[in-house]
Amino acid sequence: MSAASVKAAAQVSVGNDFYDVEAIRADFPAMSLLINGRPLVFLDSGASAQKPNVVLERMDRAYRSEYANVHRGAYRLSELATENYENARKTVAKFMNAASPDEIVFTRNATASVNLVAHSFGRAFMKAGDEVVISHMEHHANIVPWQLLRDILGIVIKVAPIDDDGNFLLDEFAKLLGPRTKLVAITHCSNVLGTITPIKEIARLAHQAGAKVLFDGAQGIVHAGIDVRDVDCDFYVFTGHKLYGPTGIGVLYGKKDLMNALPPYQGGGDMIEIVTFEKTTYRETPARFEAGTPPIVEAIGLAAAIDYVTGIGLDRIARHELTLRDYAMEQLGAIDGLTIIGRPREKGPIVSFTLDGAHPHDIATIIDSRGVAVRAGHHCAQPLMERCNVAATARASFGMYNRLEDVDALVDALKTVKDIFG
Amino acid sequence: MDDDIRELYQEVILDHGKHPRNFRHPGDANHEAHGNNPLCGDRLTVYVRLGEDQRIEDAAFEGRGCAISVASASMMTDIVRGKTVSEVEALFDDFHKMCMGEDEGVALRGPEEDLDKLRVLSGVRQFPMRVKCATLAWHTLNEAVHGGATTSTE
Ligand SMILES: Cc1ncc(COP(=O)(O)O)c(C=O)c1O
Repeated sequence: MSAASVKAAAQVSVGNDFYDVEAIRADFPAMSLLINGRPLVFLDSGASAQKPNVVLERMDRAYRSEYANVHRGAYRLSELATENYENARKTVAKFMNAASPDEIVFTRNATASVNLVAHSFGRAFMKAGDEVVISHMEHHANIVPWQLLRDILGIVIKVAPIDDDGNFLLDEFAKLLGPRTKLVAITHCSNVLGTITPIKEIARLAHQAGAKVLFDGAQGIVHAGIDVRDVDCDFYVFTGHKLYGPTGIGVLYGKKDLMNALPPYQGGGDMIEIVTFEKTTYRETPARFEAGTPPIVEAIGLAAAIDYVTGIGLDRIARHELTLRDYAMEQLGAIDGLTIIGRPREKGPIVSFTLDGAHPHDIATIIDSRGVAVRAGHHCAQPLMERCNVAATARASFGMYNRLEDVDALVDALKTVKDIFG
Repeated sequence: MDDDIRELYQEVILDHGKHPRNFRHPGDANHEAHGNNPLCGDRLTVYVRLGEDQRIEDAAFEGRGCAISVASASMMTDIVRGKTVSEVEALFDDFHKMCMGEDEGVALRGPEEDLDKLRVLSGVRQFPMRVKCATLAWHTLNEAVHGGATTSTE
């Protein structure tokens, strides 16, 4: 499609499916910020998304008039806070199509969720020589916890390859599975290449081999959504702040029977049945994994974000984002000396690139002076950078509030980079 | 174009960034250190030949990084040659102050001629995230002369 036709296609979606990006932008205070005297063009939602008013207001209300600790006080305010917190769990469960809210554990972020599984699943079910299969395009959050486990238990980490376009190679992956494979832990969507992985097939193959499967949904849930029962995964992790929710809140989905077979991660209040100095018994999931006072208001804020996103429609947002992606690929691809890193068949709205003669850091600094915010660096995926033969990339990642003009602004700002670096 | 950007990316810097001086691994270096900016993945190795009188006889580097970190390493390796370790320390201290914007009204210790050269990099003061890029080579040099004895020659 030509530039004009992609733009036209975006506008033609007028009708009953009109995606009113201007109305959505009006819901996000950050969309009217000025940076260096220019309107902010925010192309770093992959690192963390901006927050809509409904989330900010919901959290404000929770702190002002609905706040007390949860699960403890026998008084109205604590009951109200508990109810809101548990309702947030229900909202998340429904969003992921979990069988029960009990399958939703609130954590601090996606990283904490992976660490929880590494610790609790690792201790319960893995011993020296057992294998975890990850992929070449994992975020450090889904690499380092397994390395820590390797150092403690002597497990083996196997790495499923990708091709030069960034496609996940299902056949090669299948060859890595064997009797020692205990867990498959793969990203749902690469935060660098945008690759959406074939999670249903991965889960099927993992289960065939007798392994459990975890997906890192930090990016995937935002751009593709997740139906945990359809995919039949054992664990799925994500982080609230990339889904237009607050920081400090993450989710671990885990099948109930499996979770109840795992030992706790951290010990403390709220997760116990009976404590004596000789012996303590633990509550069932999710309480077992939520030691101490949880991120109460953050959970409520996350639920507000999910309500907001589902109110607009995750599928409609995804279609809009893919229009942005196509337009960005086309416009950036036409720039002399620019290389797009990652052209997989299934790709979320994440476009990494390099520009001949200009380091990604310099690119980011220069275009920031034009109000354009992109991420530059290794994106917490150093092994993937090596695989792609780059030290770093610049990355534009799109969110529900971006518009085609944002791509134009990026392309325009990149001309300044070319002016400087010749 | 934005003035701060123009100041950051002056011709001299672009030139050093594109054609770094002393970009090599001298076989007779007796000290080296690796510098790494974990935030962005910039990596440098600084090589030094240190004389018995604590004078830097040769300095060079290899690695990859942004225009600022490469230009800084390039200029630094030129400037420190022939200086003693304590002279280099004083200069680094001055340079650090410049990059942080803390040099106003402060007496700097290094030779004016060197300070003038280094001043072109002080545009990073407007870009807090980039200060580390400008100082990476200097931190690495510091490490090399104080810790990173490598070799054989001694
Ligand atoms: C694919 C992927 N996994 C995991 C994470 C970690 O998320 P958090 O830092 O919120 O734990 C990120 C975010 O940077 C990510 O992009």
